[in-house]
Amino acid sequence: MSETILEVRHLSKSFGEHEVLKDIDFTVRTGDVTSIIGASGSGKSTLLRCINLLETPTSGQILFHGQEVTGKGVNPSRYRSKVGMVFQSFNLFNNMTVLDNCMVGQVKVLKKSREEARENAMKYLDQVGMTPYIKAKPRQISGGQKQRVAIARALAMEPEVLLFDEPTSALDPEMVGEVLSVMRDLARNGMTMLVVTHEMAFARDVSSHVVFMSDGVICEQGDPQQVFSNPQQQRTRDFLSRFMEH
Amino acid sequence: MDKFIELGQDMAALWMQYWDRYLVGIRSTLILAVVATLIGCVIGLLCGILNTIPYTKNDSLPKRFVLRLIRVIVRIYVEVFRGTPMVLQAVFIYYGLPYFTNQQIMFRGNSGLWLAAIIVVSINTGAYMAESVRGGIISIDPGQTEGAKAIGMTHVQTMTSVILPQAFRNILPQIGNNFIINIKDTSVMFIIGFIEFFGQHRNIVGNNNMYFQSAAIEMIGYLTMTLIASFLLRRLEKWLDGNSSYELVQDDALTLSAGTYTHPGKGTPFDERNLEKTLDAEQRERQRQELKHGRSRGER
Repeated sequence: MSETILEVRHLSKSFGEHEVLKDIDFTVRTGDVTSIIGASGSGKSTLLRCINLLETPTSGQILFHGQEVTGKGVNPSRYRSKVGMVFQSFNLFNNMTVLDNCMVGQVKVLKKSREEARENAMKYLDQVGMTPYIKAKPRQISGGQKQRVAIARALAMEPEVLLFDEPTSALDPEMVGEVLSVMRDLARNGMTMLVVTHEMAFARDVSSHVVFMSDGVICEQGDPQQVFSNPQQQRTRDFLSRFMEH
Repeated sequence: MDKFIELGQDMAALWMQYWDRYLVGIRSTLILAVVATLIGCVIGLLCGILNTIPYTKNDSLPKRFVLRLIRVIVRIYVEVFRGTPMVLQAVFIYYGLPYFTNQQIMFRGNSGLWLAAIIVVSINTGAYMAESVRGGIISIDPGQTEGAKAIGMTHVQTMTSVILPQAFRNILPQIGNNFIINIKDTSVMFIIGFIEFFGQHRNIVGNNNMYFQSAAIEMIGYLTMTLIASFLLRRLEKWLDGNSSYELVQDDALTLSAGTYTHPGKGTPFDERNLEKTLDAEQRERQRQELKHGRSRGER
């Protein structure tokens, strides 16, 4: 059995009166591809943002290699550099070229030399098929291409886990394919991934673990085969039937 | 019409006699405006950054207290120096500082005058720039900050590498605005005896009473300076925006297969001229067909 890399314990998050996450518990092991599915507003993205500390959890613990990340003495920036994140709206740095986007973190955070960073960035840009565009600015490339660069930027930091926050939701249908194929390759190569997605086919076929969320709680989780073909909960059945219609 | 000719002649005569003094004045005005705008930008940048350091409820009490205090101090500085005339600020600093420090701090001689003038105009510009910088920073999409944080950048790294370069581009028109305002408004420094372009005019007309003629020269002088300044600023903005095109290093296999990319032989979607050419060629072909057969092929 592989090592537990990320553990979420009794995590809760409230925005004012509104409780978005209630007592979330789950673990991610090395090499897992976990898909988090559920209706909009069920707290999927908030969960992911809490794991990356972009939101501060109201209560509960997040353990990275058994160490609490919200605790004193843990530098959030260092933790974040080991947990990559890919956003729905790409969030590429608009003032930099594609190549610089993938280099800046390595140079500033990991303190690598520019040559080393460049070589590493090119390796991952090649992996996502974006080497032709290294001199382009984000505003000059398409959404699918931006997302592939964003994935390369996250990979260039050589993270231990990669979080995806609805990576294809802002894309035209024809661009979804190019991003999903990159993600499929990553999964095949053993990358540990946590993916919030509405792409049910991806969740069913690629992931090793599926988490279904509803109203801020984990309603059901397990093997994708089991969750998709034999859901135990009524809410899961309702959600999946709505999705599988088309 | 006669009046204009007379005015022109008087102005020419004035210029012939005092051109060196006018030019010295212009030089002082420009140096003061450039130096004070630069220092003012630095002050504004610092205040803007200090003002936007985020803090949350989870931060320790001293940290929150210090950050709140900084915001209050910056706020007071901005409101006071934005809300009072620069003429009076000059008086307060030039005469007020020696008064309050029992002549310990004094602006002696010509260099003292320069120092006082630069301080006053810089502080004034800084107050305006602080607000512009704050606006420039909060106008940047929060996603940029999140993207930087997500790869492990600290607040300072996020600011210097990602946010400020973008904010700077956005506030560049504001900096230009301030520079042009400074070229004109340094004229109030005559109140402490600083002789720049307008100060020279006051000295010259004191000798010969050709008040209006000299003022006309001043008008032309100031307008020339500001026009050149705004021209240069536009060039700077264009240069900063960089080239709108970029080179493709090789073909992108993934987009090729995803169908978002037209084959290079047909011109890429990024190559507008190429695209136009193919369109033109298609149109010409269609026209030729229509001329030949009278109708397009589809309708026959």
